[in-house]
Amino acid sequence: MRRIATIALLSLSPAAACAEGTMPQMDFANPLTSYQVVWMAVILVALYLLLARWGLPEMGKVLANRASVIAQDLAAARAAKITADQAVAALNATMSQARGAAGAEVAQAVAKAKAEAMAQAAALAASLDQKLAESEGRIAAARSAAMAAIKPVAAEAAASILQKLTGNAPEADILGQRVDAALAAGKAA
Amino acid sequence: MAGPTIDALGQFSLTPGLGPLGRAVDFSNSNEAMLAAAVIIVGIFAMGLRARALIPGRGQAVVELLYEFVHNMCVDTIGEEGLRFFPLVFTIFSFILLGNLLGLFPYFFAFTSHIAVTLSLALFVFVFSTGVGFYTHGLRFFKFFVPHGVPGWLLPLLVPIEIISYLSRPVSLSVRLFANMTAGHVMWEVFAGFMLMLVASFGIFGVFASVVPLGLNVALAALELLVAGLQAYVFAILTCLYLHDAVHMH
Repeated sequence: MRRIATIALLSLSPAAACAEGTMPQMDFANPLTSYQVVWMAVILVALYLLLARWGLPEMGKVLANRASVIAQDLAAARAAKITADQAVAALNATMSQARGAAGAEVAQAVAKAKAEAMAQAAALAASLDQKLAESEGRIAAARSAAMAAIKPVAAEAAASILQKLTGNAPEADILGQRVDAALAAGKAA
Repeated sequence: MAGPTIDALGQFSLTPGLGPLGRAVDFSNSNEAMLAAAVIIVGIFAMGLRARALIPGRGQAVVELLYEFVHNMCVDTIGEEGLRFFPLVFTIFSFILLGNLLGLFPYFFAFTSHIAVTLSLALFVFVFSTGVGFYTHGLRFFKFFVPHGVPGWLLPLLVPIEIISYLSRPVSLSVRLFANMTAGHVMWEVFAGFMLMLVASFGIFGVFASVVPLGLNVALAALELLVAGLQAYVFAILTCLYLHDAVHMH
């Protein structure tokens, strides 16, 4: 493509192309044309030796050094990450253990407090029941005492009322039976 | 018509360089440019290797970029065995690249536009890679010209074709570089000479009209920069390919 363009341009200006006659590149009569290759060989050999013995190995050392430093840093970072992971795992384990222990302790304390409270409540209820029973017993005793006290009074009162009405003193046995019956009826009523 | 003519080829003519001493040993302006290229390559290595920093500066980054580019080209194309040829490929690549780039500057000589230079480089690559082939495989390297999996009756036809294509390698390798560089420089010279002709023929109008070839030359400069890098790369990668063929025979 480019060669075609060159040929087209050169053919457009044939005077220019013919001004020199031939291309200097093809002028092998000129000793410089072939001698430039000899000098190029000398320059290239020198350049090759400098690059192969000094430049490229030195550059390679710099690059290898960088690669090893990067590898070392990566290894260190990896090791640090493993340590950190282990530390996190240990921390998590300790945390969950402590949490479990704390939970158990709390549950134990709650159960203990509950048991104590229940025991207290039971004791209180027992003492209350006891007091109630005592009180009831006392009331019943008082009542029976009162009832027992009522009977002679009632029999005396009935005897004196009967004496005043009839003039005769009633028989104590019969009076006693009647008073009992009346009291029982009153109690039933 | 008297006036400026376009001398498109004068820029390629060889003249003695380095004063009377150079004249005595036939050291030409082309060799001056080669010397400049070699000195610049060694110079950027010296600059780039001064710090040897873990984090490269600009100069070091240039050398590292070049080093790794050619290094990867060798390893990717030839394989791990290619590292033996890395200094050689690097020398050829950097020499041609600097030659192409230096040739783009005004008053510099583009030595890669000389067929004698490119042909001797290509012949060296050809002879060297063939030598590597025989050194590696001995006489079995001749099997390289016998394609695999081809019916026997086709071989009398295919083997000569393979041999011709192998022998034409230095020609295509050298003419590609020479023609690209020559064509670019000739076009530059033609458009620049056209500007002078326009001014000489049309006076003040010619000055305005010459903006067109000037713009073309500016665009050509960008193209030539691309070609300079690309042709150096092509030469180096083909060198690697030929070495790959010599080492692996397929």
